[in-house]
Amino acid sequence: MRQALHAEWTKLRTLPGSGWLLLAAITLTVALSAAAAAAITCPPAGCGQDPAKVSLTGIQLGQAAVALLAVLTIGGEYSTGMIGVTLAAMPRRPAVLAAKAAILSGVTLAAGTIAVLGCLLAGRRILPGNGFTPAHGYQPLSLGDGPVLRAAAGSVLYLALVALLSLGAATAVRDAAVAIGVVLGLLYLFPIVAQLVPDRHWQRHLKQLGPMTAGLAIQATSNLRGLPIGPWAGLGVLAAWAAAALLTGALLLRLRDA
Amino acid sequence: MTTGTGTIAPDRAGLGAGRDGFARLLRAEWTKFRTVRGWVIGMLAAALLTVLLGLLSAAGSGFSCSGPGGQACKPSAPPVGPGGEAVTDGFYFVRQPLAGDGGITVRVTSLTGLYSPNGAAPAGQGPLAGMRSGTQPWSKAGIIVKESTRQGSAYAAVMVTGSHGVRMQDDYTHDTAGRPGAVSAASPRWLRLTRSGDTLTGAESADGSHWTSLGTAHLAGLPATVQAGLFAASPDYTVTTQNFGGGSTGSGGPTLATARFDHVSLQGTWPGGAWTGDDRGGQADGNLPSAGFRQAGGGFTVSGSGDIAPALPGEGPQSKIEDGLVGAFAGLIAVIVVGAMFITAEYRRGLIRTTLAASPRRGRVLAAKAVVIGSVAFVTGLAAAGVAVTLGQRIARGKGFYVFPVTSLTELRVIAGTAALLAAAAVLALGIGAVLRRSAAAVTAVIVVIALPYVLAVASVLPAGAAEWLLRLTPAAAFAVQQSTPQYPQVIGNYTPAKGYYPLAPWAGFAVLCGWAALALGLAVVLLRRRDA
Repeated sequence: MRQALHAEWTKLRTLPGSGWLLLAAITLTVALSAAAAAAITCPPAGCGQDPAKVSLTGIQLGQAAVALLAVLTIGGEYSTGMIGVTLAAMPRRPAVLAAKAAILSGVTLAAGTIAVLGCLLAGRRILPGNGFTPAHGYQPLSLGDGPVLRAAAGSVLYLALVALLSLGAATAVRDAAVAIGVVLGLLYLFPIVAQLVPDRHWQRHLKQLGPMTAGLAIQATSNLRGLPIGPWAGLGVLAAWAAAALLTGALLLRLRDA
Repeated sequence: MTTGTGTIAPDRAGLGAGRDGFARLLRAEWTKFRTVRGWVIGMLAAALLTVLLGLLSAAGSGFSCSGPGGQACKPSAPPVGPGGEAVTDGFYFVRQPLAGDGGITVRVTSLTGLYSPNGAAPAGQGPLAGMRSGTQPWSKAGIIVKESTRQGSAYAAVMVTGSHGVRMQDDYTHDTAGRPGAVSAASPRWLRLTRSGDTLTGAESADGSHWTSLGTAHLAGLPATVQAGLFAASPDYTVTTQNFGGGSTGSGGPTLATARFDHVSLQGTWPGGAWTGDDRGGQADGNLPSAGFRQAGGGFTVSGSGDIAPALPGEGPQSKIEDGLVGAFAGLIAVIVVGAMFITAEYRRGLIRTTLAASPRRGRVLAAKAVVIGSVAFVTGLAAAGVAVTLGQRIARGKGFYVFPVTSLTELRVIAGTAALLAAAAVLALGIGAVLRRSAAAVTAVIVVIALPYVLAVASVLPAGAAEWLLRLTPAAAFAVQQSTPQYPQVIGNYTPAKGYYPLAPWAGFAVLCGWAALALGLAVVLLRRRDA
């Protein structure tokens, strides 16, 4: 397993796109978060906004870069035929997938941590200027605050789970372009469809089921009762999606010709 | 190849000539498309996803007929106006029949109002308990000529309003501005409405002697005898608040407008001889019992609530035709994947070198690809959207929903616009694919620029202003082609992207996506010419 990990780390490290994608994930996440924080002003009457959630809006964009990286770690091997070499060298196929998952989680957690810290820093600097002041009932964002820490750590975990979901999907469909279509479809369709269906019960159920809508519940720090699903339960739904995708991928990898 | 093969070298015959015949290029690209099984399956999947998700959403929607308080559902089918649109037609009407041509002139000396800031009047108290004084922006009172007392019948009216000055309105949707400013005893408004055949002419004056024309309305098929007189109406007070998760809710209560008229003079034949007070359809709109009129010493005081205006889709068992197009987003993603792969697959397999050797004019190759993938996506989208909208409406009606009526032209625009949206998105994906030369990266980029702005606009923490800018500038602006009920300046409503109202007009929004697609394609042509394949 150590060899498998080492091999996967070398592959990821030496691919020219990986570093750029991680950098893109961080930059895009922080940039969109800063833009969202700058766009929202809180009047003295109160705005019902959640400053942690506002500051972490960029995750919705950064996840696309993370998903792309994850899809390419296995999809790239299928498009170049490298997968044949990989599986010849390491016949225990689930171990290959496990090694890929471990390496991918590691780099995503690292990049996600940087991105989330950047978001919180941006929020801390921008939001007080837009009316999110202690006078209006908003303390500056701080990781010492339990719910804010949950939102921040949860957002990092969210990115890692999106990466695992993408890896599983790409292993199952064996094509990077189709896999990224499926993954981004799963992520973005649920909030869109939930918004468009007229029935309120369906809206709620869709938000509880969707990997993005449920997973991002972790970013809420106030008004938790109003959420369709609780923070940790929501992240659990995303974890279930990721586990299901990885299991499907592992099963198909084991049963199919590469 | 059946014609004009004389100039083609034998080894190029399969791919068509580069120099002459764009048609051959098209044919070559079409052959490529239809012989790759995955792409054909992708397009079929796009159609299926569009239809199935739409039908699932329609079939899964229901409404319960007992609300939180256990009250029964109200019949919620609004009357339909002359243009086929749903309308609100409730006001207090002081009327007389007018036979043939004629007119009415009045002076308005005041417009006052009452509203309830906390929704409906408290139970067990008088209907006006807890109400504050103040007019609504579109409280209106003035003179009206109406085809009949039937709800939704044609009309033309000249009026003073709460905060939009003098207006002339006709047939619910038309609204012309006159002199601005509020009306008062010190600054009265004279209003005149004259019928001549099917033409109604409105005029206003500050002193009763110098008249300014407001415009004319043509009410086709107006009967010889119409109902004419004074009216007052005041739409519900609405408060819109933005809540968590980007949604916004409105709440409000009934309001009352009271206007004083004098110097009422009638021209033409008025066979009735006496005024009748008529509270028209006000009850359904939460009308107040204090609506009515008083006639004393040549002056009139008329109080009424309700509105004469287009109706907006609201909460409850109502549905819009574009509700059937929920699945278009899923179809869109499938189309984007196929559109990007239509070019990136050539790079992966090295086929691009053969393609470019066969037709060295690289720009035309890309143009041919764009035409083929765009046409395929359009046809797929047209079939899928047509089925989804038609069946979606049928299912919604079958479940007792009121489907907001639209003209067939609007329905056609929603369906063809959705198809065109898929086509433009496919071309955008092709362009980005040619620029990036990597399928997965191109697919990610295109999905992110189309779907994410929409998600951020309708379901995120962003305020409505920022959401509207996203839907003006990004390719997601194109979803405006699916909006079937327009935004009316003369009706206050919750016009936010989350409620299906886009900041740009339908085709203008679509043009934004086309602009992005053209930009991507142009960049792709430049890069394709410069770079080695």
